[in-house]
Amino acid sequence: MKKGWKETPIRGIILEAGSAHEYSTGGWRKLKPVFDRTKCIDCMFCWVFCPDSAVIVEKGKMIGFDLEHCKGCGICAMECPDKVKAITMVEEEKEKK
Amino acid sequence: MAAEAKIKCSVGLTGNSAVAYAMKQINPDVVAAYPITPSTTIVEEFSGYVADGKVDTEFVTVESEHSAMSACIGASAAGARVMTATSSQGLALMWEMLYIASGMRLPIVMTCVNRALSAPLNIHCDHSDSMGARDSGWIQLYSETVQEAYDNVIQAVRIAEQENILLPVMVCLDGFITSHSIENLCLLDDDVIKKFIGEYKPSQPSLLDVDHPTTYGAVALPDSYMEARRQQAEAMTLSKDVIINAAKDFEKISGRSYGLMEKYRMDDADAAIVILNSAAGTTKVAVDEMRNKGLKVGLLKPRVFRPFPYIEMAEALKNVKVIGVLDRADSYTSFGGPLFTEIRSSLYELDKRPKIINRIFGLGGRDYGVKDSLAVFEELLKIKDMGKIDKVYDYISVRE
Repeated sequence: MKKGWKETPIRGIILEAGSAHEYSTGGWRKLKPVFDRTKCIDCMFCWVFCPDSAVIVEKGKMIGFDLEHCKGCGICAMECPDKVKAITMVEEEKEKK
Repeated sequence: MAAEAKIKCSVGLTGNSAVAYAMKQINPDVVAAYPITPSTTIVEEFSGYVADGKVDTEFVTVESEHSAMSACIGASAAGARVMTATSSQGLALMWEMLYIASGMRLPIVMTCVNRALSAPLNIHCDHSDSMGARDSGWIQLYSETVQEAYDNVIQAVRIAEQENILLPVMVCLDGFITSHSIENLCLLDDDVIKKFIGEYKPSQPSLLDVDHPTTYGAVALPDSYMEARRQQAEAMTLSKDVIINAAKDFEKISGRSYGLMEKYRMDDADAAIVILNSAAGTTKVAVDEMRNKGLKVGLLKPRVFRPFPYIEMAEALKNVKVIGVLDRADSYTSFGGPLFTEIRSSLYELDKRPKIINRIFGLGGRDYGVKDSLAVFEELLKIKDMGKIDKVYDYISVRE
């Protein structure tokens, strides 16, 4: 439950850092990135270019996407090197079916 | 009274000089301004105090009023006590920033020297500028005289910075009529003012508080915007008592009494004029003339327009038979000016509502003399006798 107006800090200020993480932007997505681990060379281009910090990397390996925050812009698929193309953008609805 | 010894009286100053002097005594951290007629000399004289080292203020010269208010907002968010002044087109150019100042709850104090808006181009007094900004979330205080302008500026700092308020305050006085007329007034001692306004210590971390990084001016989407606005409305509601209390404390240091409004010979008045700023002074002369003839008339001069003291307004006007609200600005509703619609709305709860008319006067500096005031009173008394209103909304002192 979100805070009521009496509890919300006044002035519209945000008192803690990194609070954008709490705001889920995944629902904005129309196209969803699908990742093929067998093709990935861990070049980190997708990680660098993702404007939403939605590429998850652990111990130097690209392991997938934070779909709570990925807006489906497709920059990762675009930047993935031509010879690799480990990321494809698919229609969210079609993928569900 | 010990306080009286500290008051310097019979000092002759123009309205603008008095405001600039109050600003000098307040010694704000930052003043960002772009001078515009008729408020120019406030900024001009204050910049003199800065140049002469009489204040510690960081004086920011900017390229427009939009930038002036923007700089004030940045400085206030950084925790500074901030003041500025403007008029007319300058206030109009600040428009979007006015809402940002109030939305971010920044206690900026601005003097608005009332002047007409273009077009046609005009530099003289009316209230179109500040009345247009009446819904921008600023507290608005209106001043009849040079003394009231000086006193309101000092009280505005105290009101704006109250912990439960944190709203910007606009102090309005009439362009040229008050801003450029020399009046005798009483000035308070620097120390007395310092004690009255206290030190500004914002309780939230400011932009410059590197130990507590805080985001100011972030986006608030539909899930949080309304909470911020609700808080703002609450602060405006609470500000009424804060304004009253500030006036009470101010009376202790000055001997001058202020409230939400001034009632002049209202006790048994059958007819009353409601009017803002300097024109109230003219109207008082007319009230005295009518009273000398045995006619029961009075004057109500609102001092606080935002928040609008609708309960007190109804209480003050409930026994009057006919009210004439005189607006020095039109809202182009084809129904009445901004003061009229607020007063008329305030009376709605009364069981027995007085008759009420609206007259637009004095636009672009058109003279409002005692004879104009007397003519309105005569019309009001005629309405009282006839029991009917011919025209609810009309212009006076306009060539037919």
